[in-house]
Amino acid sequence: MNKFATYVLFAVLLLPAASVSVSAAGGGALEHSGVNVNDTASLQRGAKWYANYCLSCHSISYMRYNRLADDLDLSEDMVMQNLVFSNAKFGETMDIAMDPEQAKKWFGKTPPDLSLIGRSRGADWLYAYLRGFYQDETGGWNNTHLPNASMPHVLWRLQGIQTPMYRQETDEAGYTHEVIDHFVVTTPGTQSAEEYDETARDIAAFLTYAGEPAQLKRKGIGVWVVIFLAFFTFIAYLLKAEYWRDVH
Amino acid sequence: MAKSTSSISRGATALLSWVDDRLPVSKFWNATMTGYMAPKNFNFWYYLGSLALLVLVIQIFSGILLAMHYKPSAAEAFASVEYIMRDVEWGWLIRYMHTTGASFFFIVIYLHMFRSLLYGSHKAPRELLWVFGMFIYVALMAEAFLGYILPWGQMSYWGAQVIINLFGALPGIGEPLTQWIRGDYFISDATLNRFFALHVIAVPLALLGLILLHLVALRENGSNNPDGIDIKKNKDEDGNPKDGIPFHPYYTVKDIFGVGFFLILFSFVLFFWPEAGGLFLEHDNFIPADPLVTPEHIKPVWYFTPFYAILKAVPDKLLGVLTMGASVGVLFLLPWLDRSPVRSIRYKGLWYKILLALFTIAFIRLGLLGMAEGTPAQTWEMRVWTLVYFMFFVLLFFISPKAKTKPEPERVTH
Repeated sequence: MNKFATYVLFAVLLLPAASVSVSAAGGGALEHSGVNVNDTASLQRGAKWYANYCLSCHSISYMRYNRLADDLDLSEDMVMQNLVFSNAKFGETMDIAMDPEQAKKWFGKTPPDLSLIGRSRGADWLYAYLRGFYQDETGGWNNTHLPNASMPHVLWRLQGIQTPMYRQETDEAGYTHEVIDHFVVTTPGTQSAEEYDETARDIAAFLTYAGEPAQLKRKGIGVWVVIFLAFFTFIAYLLKAEYWRDVH
Repeated sequence: MAKSTSSISRGATALLSWVDDRLPVSKFWNATMTGYMAPKNFNFWYYLGSLALLVLVIQIFSGILLAMHYKPSAAEAFASVEYIMRDVEWGWLIRYMHTTGASFFFIVIYLHMFRSLLYGSHKAPRELLWVFGMFIYVALMAEAFLGYILPWGQMSYWGAQVIINLFGALPGIGEPLTQWIRGDYFISDATLNRFFALHVIAVPLALLGLILLHLVALRENGSNNPDGIDIKKNKDEDGNPKDGIPFHPYYTVKDIFGVGFFLILFSFVLFFWPEAGGLFLEHDNFIPADPLVTPEHIKPVWYFTPFYAILKAVPDKLLGVLTMGASVGVLFLLPWLDRSPVRSIRYKGLWYKILLALFTIAFIRLGLLGMAEGTPAQTWEMRVWTLVYFMFFVLLFFISPKAKTKPEPERVTH
């Protein structure tokens, strides 16, 4: 009874510690991207979109083409013909041909390497970012998830051009702001909205994979490790019980 | 067949006795394992000591393998970690063992320390045992801090910046001291290099020495137990405690079971959830260190956040640093602050249960607040819990000698 009372007391007192309010940096909940790194076809499409639209500026300098081929069930020929547009060899990493000095002139800075963007930003952010490009009043590109970034919307031919519709919003301090309510497609692209979402999801999936190629094998190995350990622990328990039989 | 087996065993016995004449192997084994009588009523909390040793072995083993591939230079460190993750055979496994091990080390140590608060293991005659344990804890914090800079990501860099700058708050010597620690005017290649040396050689050596002292002190007076009573008071005709059982084989087999259970949890994190949602591996640390770009939200890894919250709760920088230092320092004094005539929470009375529960909430809550972004409301909450944290020790000191205790049993209970 006494022991029970102690547990209840601890549980009641610990309740307030359980409720956390740690808001995510960047603000605003992200839409679930539905990225699945175990979907090899999605990763293959993502790799192809990436090689065609992103790789001219953004390297993935820790990713080797031959590793990519292994993990994504692609042959050397398929990789060399469809994904490699520079004079890189099969065993080399996904680097860009652009001269860093030139890049600085064009974009103000060298476009970042995206080897680990999947780990630092996460799949949901990448998905939101790729869908967040719009043309603002100046006629230039902007993005809801990385305002005033210097990156143009390289996928605009696919998605088309969307422009924002604003609404007024009053914050806690009583100030009124213009916030983006929704987008209107002003110039349609070659893909439908659903198709473009799929494209964004595939690219986000590919970058998530590229951030940690080991994740494809890690879980499969983990299952066997845990099964072995469960068996080991069971045997260890029987051994313990046998030894402790005479302890009262 | 039987004959050859016995000749092998005779050979082994002869070899052992040859060694025993020159090195006290059997004597040591008898004294510390088979002849060491441990209380028979150990519960869950008594697995943690052996588990802490296990994690230490995991860290040393994985650390040696990592050091074979890691490059301690500002230009190459980040890339070499990714090289380990991608190009080194099983490199990802080695690295995740080390990163998961770091966090589990603190989980195990925090629970191990909490055990002492529950059952009064720090009380006489085990004060030095506790003090050595506290030195181990401080060395472990140093080890974790030094190791965290090595991946050379944004959090490595800026976390180290924040912590090293704390020393700058000390009047007079502050600025030169931070420069001496960094070996440069800012955190640089020189800092990374010396932190690597300290992380792989200096602090682990100190840790091993302190753990040895901790274990020698433990064997001198023997383990406490959940009842907090002295089992040596009740001895049988052979002079063995009636409530004692030989550590080997009873607790060795029990600890093997504990190891199995622990490794299942460990493997779940390692294989299925290595980032632990950004707690064990922080998202910003996957961005290479950039001295020109300050991250939006700098925070230490979870195991430091309770103390970080105490630091942030105090408006003045120097006072904040001193308060944070005091929050660790006061733990060293625990054996002398707890003046209760009984050891275990089971017989201390209700007042102690309430105090300890509040202290536990304060510690957890401070840890959560230390990760948050720090709104004014959160800052006020941190102040409240900081006060609760310190009040635990003050009230313990004043209430413990006077409070009415419950009668302790003659023999241990389960």
